[in-house]
Amino acid sequence: MITFSENKLKEAQRIINRYPQGKQKSALLPLLHLAQDEFGGWLDVPAMDYIASLLNIEPIEVYEVATFYSMYNLKPVGRHVFEVCQTGPCMLRGSDQIIDYIKQRLQINVGETTPDGMFTLKTVECLGACGYAPMMQLGKTFREHLNEEKVDQIIEECRSKAARNN
Amino acid sequence: MGKKLLIDRVGIEGIRYFDTYRKHGGYASVEKAFKMAPADIVEEIKKSGLRGRGGAGFPTGMKWSFLAKPEGVPRYLVCNADESEPGTFKDRYLMEFIPHLLIEGLVVSSFALGSNRTFIYIRGEYAWIVDILEQAIEEARQNGFLGNNILNSGFDCEIYVQRGAGAYICGEETALLESLEGKRGNPRIKPPFPAVKGLWDSPTVVNNVETLAAVVPIINMGGDAYSQIGIGKSTGTKLISACGNINRPGVYEIDMTISVEEFVYSDEYCGGIPNGKKLKACIPGGSSVPILPANLLFKTAKGEKRMMTYESLADGGFQTGSMMGSGGFIVLDEDQCVVRHTLTLARFYRHESCGQCSPCREGTGWMEKILNNIEYGRGKMNDIDLLWDIQRRIEGNTICPLGDAAAWPVAAAIRHFRDEFEWHVLNPEESQKRNYGLANYAEPREVVAS
Amino acid sequence: MPDEKKLFKVTIDNITIEVEPGTSILQAARKIGGDVAPPAMCYYTPLKGSGGKCRTCLVEVAAGSTADPRPMPKLVASCRTNVMDGMIVKNITSEKVIDARNGVVEFLLINHPLDCPICDQAGECHLQDLSYEHGKEGTRYEFKRRTFEKVDLGPFIQLHMTRCILCYRCVYTADQVSKKREHGVLDRGDHSQIATYIKNSLDNDFIGNVIDVCPVGALTDRTFRFKNRVWFLKPMDAHRDCPKCSGKVTLWNRGDEVYRVTARKDQWGEVHDWICNECRFEKKETKDWVIEGPTKINRHSVISQGHYVGTVKPREVLTEVMNGQAPRLLMDIHTVSEVNQPQIELSELPGPATGDVFENKNPKEK
Repeated sequence: MITFSENKLKEAQRIINRYPQGKQKSALLPLLHLAQDEFGGWLDVPAMDYIASLLNIEPIEVYEVATFYSMYNLKPVGRHVFEVCQTGPCMLRGSDQIIDYIKQRLQINVGETTPDGMFTLKTVECLGACGYAPMMQLGKTFREHLNEEKVDQIIEECRSKAARNN
Repeated sequence: MGKKLLIDRVGIEGIRYFDTYRKHGGYASVEKAFKMAPADIVEEIKKSGLRGRGGAGFPTGMKWSFLAKPEGVPRYLVCNADESEPGTFKDRYLMEFIPHLLIEGLVVSSFALGSNRTFIYIRGEYAWIVDILEQAIEEARQNGFLGNNILNSGFDCEIYVQRGAGAYICGEETALLESLEGKRGNPRIKPPFPAVKGLWDSPTVVNNVETLAAVVPIINMGGDAYSQIGIGKSTGTKLISACGNINRPGVYEIDMTISVEEFVYSDEYCGGIPNGKKLKACIPGGSSVPILPANLLFKTAKGEKRMMTYESLADGGFQTGSMMGSGGFIVLDEDQCVVRHTLTLARFYRHESCGQCSPCREGTGWMEKILNNIEYGRGKMNDIDLLWDIQRRIEGNTICPLGDAAAWPVAAAIRHFRDEFEWHVLNPEESQKRNYGLANYAEPREVVAS
Repeated sequence: MPDEKKLFKVTIDNITIEVEPGTSILQAARKIGGDVAPPAMCYYTPLKGSGGKCRTCLVEVAAGSTADPRPMPKLVASCRTNVMDGMIVKNITSEKVIDARNGVVEFLLINHPLDCPICDQAGECHLQDLSYEHGKEGTRYEFKRRTFEKVDLGPFIQLHMTRCILCYRCVYTADQVSKKREHGVLDRGDHSQIATYIKNSLDNDFIGNVIDVCPVGALTDRTFRFKNRVWFLKPMDAHRDCPKCSGKVTLWNRGDEVYRVTARKDQWGEVHDWICNECRFEKKETKDWVIEGPTKINRHSVISQGHYVGTVKPREVLTEVMNGQAPRLLMDIHTVSEVNQPQIELSELPGPATGDVFENKNPKEK
């Protein structure tokens, strides 16, 4: 049985307390974010069932929500997830070429993870950075004004970060 | 140089933090408002003529006055920070660089509406802004502008930031409320409207970030003075996020007295089109609003100069006009392909449809598939009429405005750029190698449904 | 003197009736009946919160009320819009409505497999009826249809998601009728699906009702699958003393054999007395039941073929809708044809109707 660490559990309780009594289900989205961060970047069934038990709701209510929102990963992902925006305004500034370049650099297709489990490439729809296009989301940050050199730098940065942490 | 009321202080170092913000006149509106009766604050907002900055442009004061006030039932204010309309990134700018302005507006508005528990619902991807906002909230609380008995008024208020998780549809106010309640972001069927039955079935007002930030200058200067800025019913200032093929993409505050042409070419704003290219088309108010070819962008069909106001941008209706929308100003230069651009938008709306009602769930995907065929040289001539017919049957027939938002870009692209669609169909091989170039700029014509 | 409840006057397709405040346009139109009642694929009267999703019941409101006679700018979902006093509604008299409804039928069908010949629901499928009544022939959809694997949700229920139109009725049923909800709507947009996420059997006591509320063949009874066509069966009202539910059911027999048991549906296809799984799946012998008599089946239904008992001619509203005018016939067959003349009652002929029968009656010939 998986559980949050004591610290995370406190944070979860703090979030639940924001809402009036009996409305604890409102904490579902924030708690799923918390669980995804805590349990390896994706949500498996035990993790979702655990959140259901914390909020005292049926597991299906959690599955319904987790599958609706695009930020929850329901399958394992690489350590670094490149989420490149491909909607109109980014397309106008060359996002198609950036996606092609990343595919070629990492030797994977959209939706795939490199064999070493380091990178996952995803295309996403508008992230609200149209003026700084082309862009991608990497973890909690936005990487903007992308070009080939910047992509190279980001890949390097991720690799060296991983090397340091190992 | 136009008047700036919202982001004029953004350049000040440290404005993100309470002390600096306070030193530069911050939270003065709270001090002023807490000496007023809540109903008088609502009156000031009405006088100001402020219109919702999220896209629909509904008068804010009127929305506030609709809020039901049954005895013994809590009321809620929810700030819509789920900015996800392609082309729009103004709220992000405001929250990232001057977060206290939003918090200040929220304190005043919560007081005016009687909301003791106020939520900011922010799109999940803006994760780092959550930290910025939570810090600003904490600072405001430590300085007595939030918490219990604010400024000895007897009024208590807490603000919480709730992160979404990737769903454009949650920008629709009832979908947002569903999401805030921990459910799928399915828009509710209205009526009842949130003003009567909103968050947890209580009366609720949902306003956009920029709208709530604008409450601050309105209270500071008075509703009448605010209403003097701008033209006609387009009062005050508006944030425009400009992107696409322009020299200076970014967020600009305009006072709704300038022309579209000035906005595109002035170095104070977009700074013209890069590399000496010509302007082909522009979507002036976020991806949902109709695209306009260059010849209809600067002048209305009547030959009048088109201004950056709600009325002027909409002049000519959908035949020859567009909308202010959320202020997401997307510029396309002569090298861009309208079919491909429309395809990316169709894909966006298919991806973001909640799937609850049939015209949107099925129609958005169908449109994307047809556009995909046309773009990749597999289109047929009658596909264009079929596309028209599909969008026509989505528009107005769905639960929420996402159906309209998905239909309008397709309709406008066909209405104004039909020649480009036809060229794609007739030249399947050539269209894979080069783009059509500048539009034919034919007079907009009626498209006859098949 | 007690206050008399004020009734609201509403005019739907030129027919005016009075209804209680709080009545939806759809319910008011059903009171009139016939063609004036809009079709409903997702709305289900006993299920709270249902409706508004399928958009088949859209109507035009030509005047909001006496107090505010402005028309409503968009078509509204009649199942979720309440009548106001003096409201004027156009359903089959509105071209906008008919066009929009054509569109909705087309949208619902583009990803539907159209596998009626092998679908158990055929004959009692609301999508089939809707398509016949409001659809256009042919399809303009040229892409691969969306498909899903069939899933057994336990021993009694099969989910064939490819046929689903996402009405959400089964979700509301699980929430409101059974004790525990284990299935729901997963994913979003055009890949939304009804599912359990983890393969789970649905086996709580009243869950079998999801089969009855399903307007299409997405949720079917595994104890009945492929056993028979519904129009070959004889539906009979029956009851038993059930400790869990009302025990009021419809038995579907062929000869003495009970092929399936369902809850009783009213003329709009709605169940008001939910039945338990035991009655539905485990009482499959005639001796388990007290038979009350034949079930009334709408005469337009294919199920009524061969069962003429208790049919009631529905109200024909077209003359009323057209302000007293009779519908114009495109062609009266008797003005152009020598055969099948109205003075000859074919059913009274002793043998087959041959040319002689008509020749003899027609002095012009020979």
